[in-house]
Amino acid sequence: MLLSLQGISKKVGAANWLYEMSLDPVPGSVTVLLGATQAGKTSLMRIMAGLDAPSLGKVSVDSIDVTGMPVRTRNVAMVYQQFINYPSMTVADNIASPLKLRREPNISDRVQELATKLHIEMFLDRYPAELSGGQQQRVALARALAKAAPLILLDEPLVNLDYKLREELREELSQLFAAGDATVVYATTEPSEALLLGGYTAVMDAGELLQYGPTAEVFHFPKSLRVARAFSDPPMNLLSASLQADGVVLKSGAMLNIGALPTSTPDLTLGVRSNALRLRPEPGDLSLTGQVELAEISGSDTFVHLSTSVGELVAQLTGVHFFDLGASLTLHLNPAQVYAFDAKGDLLLAPKQVGAR
Amino acid sequence: MSITVKPVNQKAWWLILPVFLCVAFSAILPLMTVVNYSVQDIISPERRVFVGTEWFAAVMRDQDLHEALWRQMVFSFSVLVLEIPLGVLLALSMPSKGWKSSAVLVIVALSLLIPWNVVGTIWQIFGRADIGLLGMALTELGFDYSYTGNALHAWLTVLVMDVWHWTPLVALLGYAGLRSIPDAYYQAASIDGASKFAVFRYIQLPKMRGVLMIAVLLRFMDSFMIYTEPFVLTGGGPGNATTFLSQYLTQKAVGQFDLGPAAAFSLIYFLIILLLCFILYNWMQRVGTADKSEAAHA
Amino acid sequence: MARIDLDIAHAYGANPQRDEDYALLPLKMSFADGGAYALLGPSGCGKTTMLNIMSGLLRPSSGTVKFDGVDLTHASPQARNIAQVFQFPVIYDTMTVAENLAFPLRNRRVPQAQIKQRVGVIAEMLELSAQLDQRAANLSADAKQKISLGRGLVRSDVSAVLFDEPLTVIDPHLKWQLRRKLKQIHHELKLTLIYVTHDQVEALTFAEQVVVMTRGRAVQIGSAEALFERPQHSFVGHFIGSPGMNFLPAAVSGNALTLAGQDLTLNADLKLPNGDLKLGIRPEYLHLVDPGTAGALAAQVTQVQDIGTYVLVTALIGSHLLKARLTPEQPRPRAGEQVWLQVLGAQTCFYKNEELLA
Repeated sequence: MLLSLQGISKKVGAANWLYEMSLDPVPGSVTVLLGATQAGKTSLMRIMAGLDAPSLGKVSVDSIDVTGMPVRTRNVAMVYQQFINYPSMTVADNIASPLKLRREPNISDRVQELATKLHIEMFLDRYPAELSGGQQQRVALARALAKAAPLILLDEPLVNLDYKLREELREELSQLFAAGDATVVYATTEPSEALLLGGYTAVMDAGELLQYGPTAEVFHFPKSLRVARAFSDPPMNLLSASLQADGVVLKSGAMLNIGALPTSTPDLTLGVRSNALRLRPEPGDLSLTGQVELAEISGSDTFVHLSTSVGELVAQLTGVHFFDLGASLTLHLNPAQVYAFDAKGDLLLAPKQVGAR
Repeated sequence: MSITVKPVNQKAWWLILPVFLCVAFSAILPLMTVVNYSVQDIISPERRVFVGTEWFAAVMRDQDLHEALWRQMVFSFSVLVLEIPLGVLLALSMPSKGWKSSAVLVIVALSLLIPWNVVGTIWQIFGRADIGLLGMALTELGFDYSYTGNALHAWLTVLVMDVWHWTPLVALLGYAGLRSIPDAYYQAASIDGASKFAVFRYIQLPKMRGVLMIAVLLRFMDSFMIYTEPFVLTGGGPGNATTFLSQYLTQKAVGQFDLGPAAAFSLIYFLIILLLCFILYNWMQRVGTADKSEAAHA
Repeated sequence: MARIDLDIAHAYGANPQRDEDYALLPLKMSFADGGAYALLGPSGCGKTTMLNIMSGLLRPSSGTVKFDGVDLTHASPQARNIAQVFQFPVIYDTMTVAENLAFPLRNRRVPQAQIKQRVGVIAEMLELSAQLDQRAANLSADAKQKISLGRGLVRSDVSAVLFDEPLTVIDPHLKWQLRRKLKQIHHELKLTLIYVTHDQVEALTFAEQVVVMTRGRAVQIGSAEALFERPQHSFVGHFIGSPGMNFLPAAVSGNALTLAGQDLTLNADLKLPNGDLKLGIRPEYLHLVDPGTAGALAAQVTQVQDIGTYVLVTALIGSHLLKARLTPEQPRPRAGEQVWLQVLGAQTCFYKNEELLA
């Protein structure tokens, strides 16, 4: 189904929950709504579902205006954070409920098929309260899939689950979505989840829709500082700099040659991703020396917090490295890996993606 | 231009019609009748004279009414002072888990299930010096106990009866409030070395604030309208020592068939309760929003 | 500061017969004085049970808990002098921040001047000095957690600080700051800190030693490096790392390894017993190599994902899906292509019955 939101905004009392935005989720694929808590993701999903009406703007499905239509008449399935299931019905009845409403034949076959797909076929006779969190969420997912709605909305469905369980379910979800042809909208606060799900990402912040596009593209080419901030984990290092006749000058006085920038004002913000900082220098690199404030080891990577003359930096180094607190450390940066944002925060320059085809 | 989500159909409103008619018949029409009576002098069923606000003025000047109102206020206040702390203490001592908690809940709630005139009758017999356990015991102990003869004894008996009858409600509300406190608070207090009293003062009481406000509101309203129990127990006596506001009203309306002043007084009574309700409710709301804004920040 | 020695088991019922009857299977563990430890595992693995036994909120069904050699198994949390920070902030609503922090000291009848000084020091450390006179109930979640932590730290003789998934309600971008704060506190105060979590990043960044648990058992205790490079148990390989270790069933006979119908020659130093076993290799160490390289197998690429800071390649060997991590600069294969993955390398681990062989 072709869902289209045009000029949507939502105001509650004096507060703007959603500023004017237009969004056309690409049909048949996954659209991730990425943003911090209170960014407006849930409000936007509720408008997509028909649970709320926008204060202004139009919602259309397959070119039919459905703006005022309540959710019962729309064909939507929704999965929530809190594992919502009918507590007095068994798992089998839960999954069968949308099928019964539509009076479909072969209900038990369909239920069995869905339960097997989500690996809960051994729990069909149990009640949701007897299952673990992950299993309850699978029941909710099975019920949503049973409805076979052309639009599936998931509001941070994995946030209440164990980290490892989240990984497993996320992969299963990716496969399930790829196998079906429903349009899926998935809200999350974690940038890594957006990247792992792929598809398209809409970055939201404080009620505004900042950017929408293929996930990798939004990640590598954020239109503005706000998008870069919202869509990076660990946070992107931001350095203030100024554009001068012969190059870009950082706070420390160091010069960076990153080519011409299409801007008139001299104030710039440079963005450096944490994995762009290296231990070993290559020719042409800019060196940044500072004191180690903290070194965090997380299995495959080490995160070093460095206090330098250009500001506080966080670097992500592959492998396990031990650093003493307060020790001096020099990191190297390839100027081609630098993002540049102008005084207003809009993107001026983004590094080219090597290796991608 | 604002778009509202239109309901699918409006047919549901028709379902409310029977209820609406019932309420109109049993509540609104009688209320209108009372308002009508309050502005008329009903000399006899056929003769009525419009007197405007004269009854209201007369009621306000009525000395007996002032005394009844005063007695009522003292009663309601004493009820709150006695029942709220007792109820809280009872709630604190009730077990929280297992079969014992269910058993205790049932036992505690028993007095709430008794019809109110039966409550009055129970205490009437209970307090009799010749056959009542309480009466006999007190007489044995040397007290010249008589709830029919001695005004103070009558008062105390009515108070004790009300406490016996209604403290369980406060206890049940308090119990519900206590159950909603997560274990982690008690664990943290234990780790912080807090004494039992500190736990009560800094954890239990603040967390029970919401339910206690409800309990205060309910008990105040109910005690302000109390009729059956003191009427059955003492009949309002001795003299008018335990004649509270609603009984006074009934005496006026039914006893003396002074429908006009009675109707006026009813309206005033209604307005007094409404005013007190409003004040207490707003107080509760302020407390409630303070709690909610904490929760929102958490 | 104290050394904690555990020699406990905790069962649900009176007569535990099988493993399922235990919440915590019999274990013996020591937590050194001043060390930072993490108990890591999925829900239901027993980590919170262990924490509560250490803090005194739960009595173990058998065994002893010793603090600096003194048996305190039946002592209350107060007597053990520990501090605990819970999953959601626990503060006294009616008090200000300063009063909250002072509460444990007031209960011990510490003189007022000393209380004020200590509260000042701790508030400074936790960056709460500006909010000392505000009502604790109106602050944000992370400030409240800091207060909870501060109440534990304010007692200068606290033996250990125990954390039960304390960052659960904190916003993701504030988690960084709080983790950093915890590390700084550990560095400055040198307290024994024990942290329960199901998030491996939290555990590995916080602790010097991580105890990985599953189903009531502690399967490995080690540093982040040891857990990553040499997981002693296949569960550790699976649980740690994002994504976790790849596992392939294999059979050994002599110095030949049979995997997915293909034969590979094992390194002569590797002494593996003949028979079935499991080969484990982390996605970070599964390199794409030229066809025919020793120790490499052919695989069919099913998916290539750009994860921003790395590229995840999913490939099929026989009927098994493997994942490999590439840096963004390396050349990426396309879905459907055939690639060669080096499964035998220095970081390859071999498991029999889930235990590490070599």
